[in-house]
Amino acid sequence: MARVATILLDGIAYGMILFIISVGLTVTMGLMRVVNLAHGAFAMVGGYVAAVMTEAGHDFFLSAAAGAAAAGIFGGVAEMTVYRPLYRKGELAQVLLTIGLVFVSIAALTLVFGVNYKTVKMPAFLEDPISIGFRLYPPYRLFLIAVGLVMAFLLWLLIDRTLFGARLRAAVDNPRMARAVGINVNRLFTITFIGGSALAGFGGAIGAGMLPLEAFYPLRYLVLFLIVVIVGGEGSFKGSFVAALALGIIDTTGKFIIPEVASFLLYTVVLALLLWRPHGLLPPKSVA
Amino acid sequence: MSEQPVTAIGGLASPRGFGWIGHLIPWVIALVFYYVAGGYLSLGTGALIMILFAMSLDIALGYAGIVTLGQAAFFGFGAYTAGIFAIHVNNDPILGLLVATALTAVFGLMTGAVILHTQGVTLLMLTLAIVTLLYEAANRAIWLTGGDDGLQGITIAPLFGMFRFDLFGRTAYLYSLGVLFIWFLIAWRVVHSPFGRSLDGIRQKPARMRAIGTPVWKRLVAAYTLSAAIAGSAGALSAQTTKFVGLDTLGIFLSGIVAVMLVLGGVRRIYGAFLGAVVYVVVQDFAAKVNPFYWMFFIGGLLMATVLFLEAGLISLVDSTSNFLKRLFARRKAP
Repeated sequence: MARVATILLDGIAYGMILFIISVGLTVTMGLMRVVNLAHGAFAMVGGYVAAVMTEAGHDFFLSAAAGAAAAGIFGGVAEMTVYRPLYRKGELAQVLLTIGLVFVSIAALTLVFGVNYKTVKMPAFLEDPISIGFRLYPPYRLFLIAVGLVMAFLLWLLIDRTLFGARLRAAVDNPRMARAVGINVNRLFTITFIGGSALAGFGGAIGAGMLPLEAFYPLRYLVLFLIVVIVGGEGSFKGSFVAALALGIIDTTGKFIIPEVASFLLYTVVLALLLWRPHGLLPPKSVA
Repeated sequence: MSEQPVTAIGGLASPRGFGWIGHLIPWVIALVFYYVAGGYLSLGTGALIMILFAMSLDIALGYAGIVTLGQAAFFGFGAYTAGIFAIHVNNDPILGLLVATALTAVFGLMTGAVILHTQGVTLLMLTLAIVTLLYEAANRAIWLTGGDDGLQGITIAPLFGMFRFDLFGRTAYLYSLGVLFIWFLIAWRVVHSPFGRSLDGIRQKPARMRAIGTPVWKRLVAAYTLSAAIAGSAGALSAQTTKFVGLDTLGIFLSGIVAVMLVLGGVRRIYGAFLGAVVYVVVQDFAAKVNPFYWMFFIGGLLMATVLFLEAGLISLVDSTSNFLKRLFARRKAP
């Protein structure tokens, strides 16, 4: 029982990080129908900035915020310069250009920081194990779960309860119709792109304890991020939340119980799921 | 080839081929290189293998429009199959090549039959998932693949029982060139056949092709299988000529690299793969000596620049040059 609870907690913490990082990607892919493989690069930028700042002795939370800001700026610049010409091009061009962006950012970060792993220094109260009734547990993971829940709630508020969210949902469901009723979809997209990149940067920073920062970060976790988005349904926030949690729990369970075939288990589930529902679990109305 | 339908999109509209002289040029260059290369011959062999690999991607991605980042799965599958076959079963190169090609084709058929029911990003992700799975499998099965250290201890018997794979790589070069030539003939024939035309149609508008009765899924699976077979051959050649298979033959990075080569050269041209792979291998040889990460910077930048500014690839520059020459020639002939 205690073991089950531990696996569940680990899996949920892992899933929350995946959710925070990937939720921005679901916007990029769902709203503008851009195949964006460079999303991990934004998370990596956030993580590296936070790592450098904590090394310099700054506060963990301040560093994570700075990482989010840096990733947001990077995302905004990338959107305006590199992504914009892409919207009208085909999938192939999008795949190639964004993978090119990944290579460039890997190389750039390595030139500056070297090939070694970077760590974001946690404050002591997140590192010293605390008792959760049946065992000692690293509070860092509980912290991730809490942050993930808060983020999910805030995003739900933003998307489900504000005018901005209503516009965003409209644009995801039917961009042409949204344009026709006077929604500035391009601006909406730039804003959400910046927000999504910032979230990714934030996730990269606070999640560095679970997804270690290294030069090949954006390639290593690319498939995971894509799984969250696609299994959840492109453009679906709730879908990516569910998918991220499921992915975290399935992957963690697999690693605990049958480590030899854990990744096979995960991909087999994903493969089967996508063959059953090619548009994901909770696709937006435009594709379902 | 005279009654080629002209379509509005992509390379098809531009004049195709440069006559038989144009066909001769790359192969003559390849043969001349054999005599003048000296110490660079093994680099040339690497280039030939990469041409073959890029050509395989051209079938799947260029012609059939299957957006994949999993092409390295086939390259690695072919390489490991050829290596393992040579170590444990028989080290005849031709036999090994045929076995590796056939098994990779079967692997392509099986995975293609499953994933080609989907399209777009879902398909892309499934190709990524398959290459990642295979990477994990090769990484775990140390008893078979050597895991992280790579597959070592491959020996290859003399080609046709006569030509040893010598230290200078002469046999390896000509062997690779021969295999490339055979695959080139097949690929050229296929993409200019009615089957190839139907791939063009499927790429541009699957729904309409379905409406006129084309079995879209079957055609895609067939193209994917052919592409897998070619990539498997390329991998097998790589294993046989370098006598080593590394885990990176199954990496996403390699899938990206081969896409760079293809796009750099020009998609849907067959010869685009030739140009792109050669340029890539030559530039890499210079740049990688400096610093591998500068190299990555360069590749990424090149990829972005090609997409943004030179969509038709380097081969379009060859087109315009040859058109210019033709016009120059025609004007001189006119009174």
